[in-house]
Amino acid sequence: MVDTATHAVGKVRGMISNLVIVRAEQPVAQNEICYIHIGDERLLGEVIKVEEQDIFVQCYESTRGLKVGNTVEFTGQMLEVKLGPGMLSKTYDGLQNDLNKLDSLFLKRGQTSDALDPGSSWHFTPTAKEGDSVQAGDWLGEVKENSITHRIMVPFKAVGRFTIKSIVADGSYGLEDTIATLINPEGQELTVTMVQYWPIKRAVKLYSEKVRPFSMLETGIRTVDSLNPIMEGGTGFVPGPFGTGKTVLQHAISKQAAADVVIFAACGERANEIVEVFTEFPKLEDPFTGRKLMERTIIIANTSNMPVAAREASVYTAMTIAEYYRTMGLRVLILADSTSRWAQALREMSNRLEELPGPDAFPMDLTAVIANFYSRAGYTYLRNGQTGSITFLGTVSPSGGNLKEPVTEATKKSARCYYALSQKRADQKRYPAVDPVESYSKYLEYPEVRSYLQEHVSMQWVDHINQTKDILIKGQEVRDQINILGDDGVPLDYHLLFWKAELIDFVILQQDAFDKIDAMTPIDRQRFMLELLLDIYEMDFQLETFEDVANYFKRLINQLKQLNYSPYASPEFKTLLDELKTIIDEKRIM
Amino acid sequence: MQYKAFQPIFSKITRINKATCELQSRRASYDELAIVNGRLAQVVKIMGDQVTLQVFSGTDGIPTNAEVVFTGKAPVLQVSDELCGRFFNAYGDPIDNGPEVVGEERVIGGPSVNPTKRKQPSELLATGIGGIDLNNTLVTGQKIPFFADPEQPYNQIMADVALRAKADRIILGGIGLTNDDYLFYKNVFENAGALDRIVSFINTTEDPSIERLLIPDMALTAAEYFAVDKNEKVLVLLTDLTLYCDALSIVSNNMDQIASKDNMPASLYSDLARHYEKAVQFPDGGSITIIAVTTLSGGDITHAIPDNTGYITEGQLFLRRNTDIGATVVDPFRSLSRLKQLVIGKKTREDHPQVMNASVRLYADAMNAKTKLENGFDLSDYDQRCLEFAKEYAKHLLSIDVNIEIETMLDICWDLFAKYFSIEELSVKKELINTYWKGKKREVKADSKADRSD
Ligand SMILES: Nc1ncnc2c1ncn2[C@@H]1O[C@H](COP(=O)(O)OP(=O)(O)O)[C@@H](O)[C@H]1O
Ligand SMILES: [Mg+2]
Repeated sequence: MVDTATHAVGKVRGMISNLVIVRAEQPVAQNEICYIHIGDERLLGEVIKVEEQDIFVQCYESTRGLKVGNTVEFTGQMLEVKLGPGMLSKTYDGLQNDLNKLDSLFLKRGQTSDALDPGSSWHFTPTAKEGDSVQAGDWLGEVKENSITHRIMVPFKAVGRFTIKSIVADGSYGLEDTIATLINPEGQELTVTMVQYWPIKRAVKLYSEKVRPFSMLETGIRTVDSLNPIMEGGTGFVPGPFGTGKTVLQHAISKQAAADVVIFAACGERANEIVEVFTEFPKLEDPFTGRKLMERTIIIANTSNMPVAAREASVYTAMTIAEYYRTMGLRVLILADSTSRWAQALREMSNRLEELPGPDAFPMDLTAVIANFYSRAGYTYLRNGQTGSITFLGTVSPSGGNLKEPVTEATKKSARCYYALSQKRADQKRYPAVDPVESYSKYLEYPEVRSYLQEHVSMQWVDHINQTKDILIKGQEVRDQINILGDDGVPLDYHLLFWKAELIDFVILQQDAFDKIDAMTPIDRQRFMLELLLDIYEMDFQLETFEDVANYFKRLINQLKQLNYSPYASPEFKTLLDELKTIIDEKRIM
Repeated sequence: MQYKAFQPIFSKITRINKATCELQSRRASYDELAIVNGRLAQVVKIMGDQVTLQVFSGTDGIPTNAEVVFTGKAPVLQVSDELCGRFFNAYGDPIDNGPEVVGEERVIGGPSVNPTKRKQPSELLATGIGGIDLNNTLVTGQKIPFFADPEQPYNQIMADVALRAKADRIILGGIGLTNDDYLFYKNVFENAGALDRIVSFINTTEDPSIERLLIPDMALTAAEYFAVDKNEKVLVLLTDLTLYCDALSIVSNNMDQIASKDNMPASLYSDLARHYEKAVQFPDGGSITIIAVTTLSGGDITHAIPDNTGYITEGQLFLRRNTDIGATVVDPFRSLSRLKQLVIGKKTREDHPQVMNASVRLYADAMNAKTKLENGFDLSDYDQRCLEFAKEYAKHLLSIDVNIEIETMLDICWDLFAKYFSIEELSVKKELINTYWKGKKREVKADSKADRSD
């Protein structure tokens, strides 16, 4: 598949920051990759616009020292990722350089490294045989990559149908060894290794059908699962002002979610947040397999001090790797923090190109770009009947905390779950600060989701969710009333209602991400707790004054919080539960 | 000046505005420094043979036939131990009448640390200030700004923090400091006998504002020298980054870039992150901690400067005037240290996280009670107790005048808890209550049953 045609060679004509203007005699293509030479450094660039003789190249590195007349070498290729076994546990930059292979303390401009481990060998077991008819994405065999079964597939770029001419026997093979030879009706041969390439901006669509997500992706986060569940293959986003808990929520989900592969795209955020992942994940256990979390994790790190242009590439790199694993029939979860930085990178470039600006100077096509990206997630049936999914959860960092800004608005049109983080809740340290009333999961409207939840969680689950939300809304309403009219100015029932909502807030919604037990609540436990609280909600209590109500409910909150901190169904848990019953019986009117 | 004129001289300046000038040249390289009639300037745009130079000290008086010399290199700093105890301007030239520094030439604004070569920060950085150590504990390798209104004593607080933090080296980056504040820092450091630990890069209000753009890079290049080459714990103070951003906006407006929110360049986030991300913990023990100041206008943190800053830094320390106690406090609500989880309850006493949360929650209840009072409602007994608690809490812990050990802070909290509240009102883990609770084991309220803790 190597393109042997000669490619254009150009000369630098000018630059502003990382936008380089180039002239070349030969033809170039939009999005073609090129190398800009400075001394013996080669800086990666991408054609982003052509205007008459001027080729506008976005350079992925600092252009310091660049001069007019420097040589630019075009490659004839688009920005691609290298795909194969060995990607799990790696930390890549936005352009898929393996950061662990770069030895120096500081990132040197123009330095690259292999995304895979060229010398590695893998135990290959064929699952297809000679004479089988295959096409792009079909499984030829498998290797074990950490705990997952990594399928070796017909290269995604293969066009048309092929017959397997030969395939190697079960055994250990090098990453780049030929493991199969395919032949098409025209007699053209295609040799297959464990490595293949795919352009990051083009979706991999090698499935037979993409269906509406219907099964819940368990996250262990109560305010998500018990209130606004996200589905496997679904999309969601988390907007919130700084410090409201976007990253903590994403990290928690990445640790706890029921996924085979988790891809963490750190897009324009803090380097220390990556350090946290690769320091802690090797020690933490995957709650489902018991293996180390790092084994299922891939980090794509384009931190805020790394070249801005690679920010956009980083989310596409993450998505393409996810599509590769999805085509193997795996459940992939992508967490992107923060998609606003990617949008800002687009804005910076659009401004340099002097394009007509849209709202807040973002490019006019922002909504389309975001929609297109989110549409690559999904639950798919592969051609062999297996399923694979990509669940995508992005954060948005609205400027000034204003949820009416363009990136939030554009994302709202694409993502199906909306977890709005509230500054007020964060200020009160009510973490996770997900606003229970503003947030939604559109999936709850899907009949197939409802029946899934009825079957897998409980018959009344959806009703319980709705009831809980109603209580929380009512709680807010009576709180407003109390604030206007004063404690004495409202009936006692108002106080009761307010505190019952507070009870749900403190016990269900609030969850300490840093407490070993509280951090993750499996769905069984969530069901138990929600039912318990809804039972309490239905009860009448013998309480005389609003102060009695407050004091009594503080005791209940205290007791239930202790329950949250203790292991589910442990002796300690049972004792606390008995004590809770005693407290309830003290005041309950039967 | 560290830049020698060794290149031919050009003139024919074709365009001049406040911050930049444009001339014809085919020799320029991107980011390189030039000298225009003796003033330092940097190449910010090249289009064919048209080169745009940003003149740091402003373009006033530059003639169209000015002498222009290209130096062939980006801005540099000579680094060596000779930097210690010295004061420099934005170009790295001495302003203390001392000799030129002899050392290794380093290009400023160098590349980023490979994230995989970082170590997770884990070393407590104590300041003695309750609003910081108790509620927003700092960690070596962290980057955090003070958000302060201009009238607040942020420079005094920075100086206190700098001297109390057990840093091997302190780098002061003064960006648009008033001359008085510059002399204040100089005096404080001198009096503390700390001068030899300190390197200062100072741009005062008397200096041209565009020169300020060089200060953070200069300070951080020096910091990297001590942290990487010498494995030292370096603390960098940058005050005031709002003035840095203002200088950025002047330049970008002069280059006809489309301004985004609040007249700031669209690249503001990256421009700030580039500096803040220099904060790092290296595996070999060296570290760079950045404590900065972002002044607010009218307390507005939704303005683009504090807003972008908050998205970049690992928290923020919000200074506020507390009228109840007549002192400046570190506001417990909007302040945040994102790295505190790495040390509290681990490097500090086990009860730290829960004590912190409980006291902030009770303080929040006090603020609600205050609102009630202001709206003319009666206060409940609980409200009253919260208000009393809040006053003492602010005075003994939140006020920036406090200078005590963390354990003492925790003990004070438990004292106040016992004085004003019942166990149930705290909602703290049982094990901790068993160890630290200083009050009666029984509920004080007449209508409640005995507490079951035993
Ligand atoms: N679930 C949680 N439990 C406890 N603390 C939390 C939780 N979520 C957020 N926090 C606190 O809020 C801080 C900021 O959270 P973070 O996710 O970094 O915010 P963002 O990414 O929105 O800027 C954290 O450092 C932590 O102190
Ligand atoms: Mg974050």
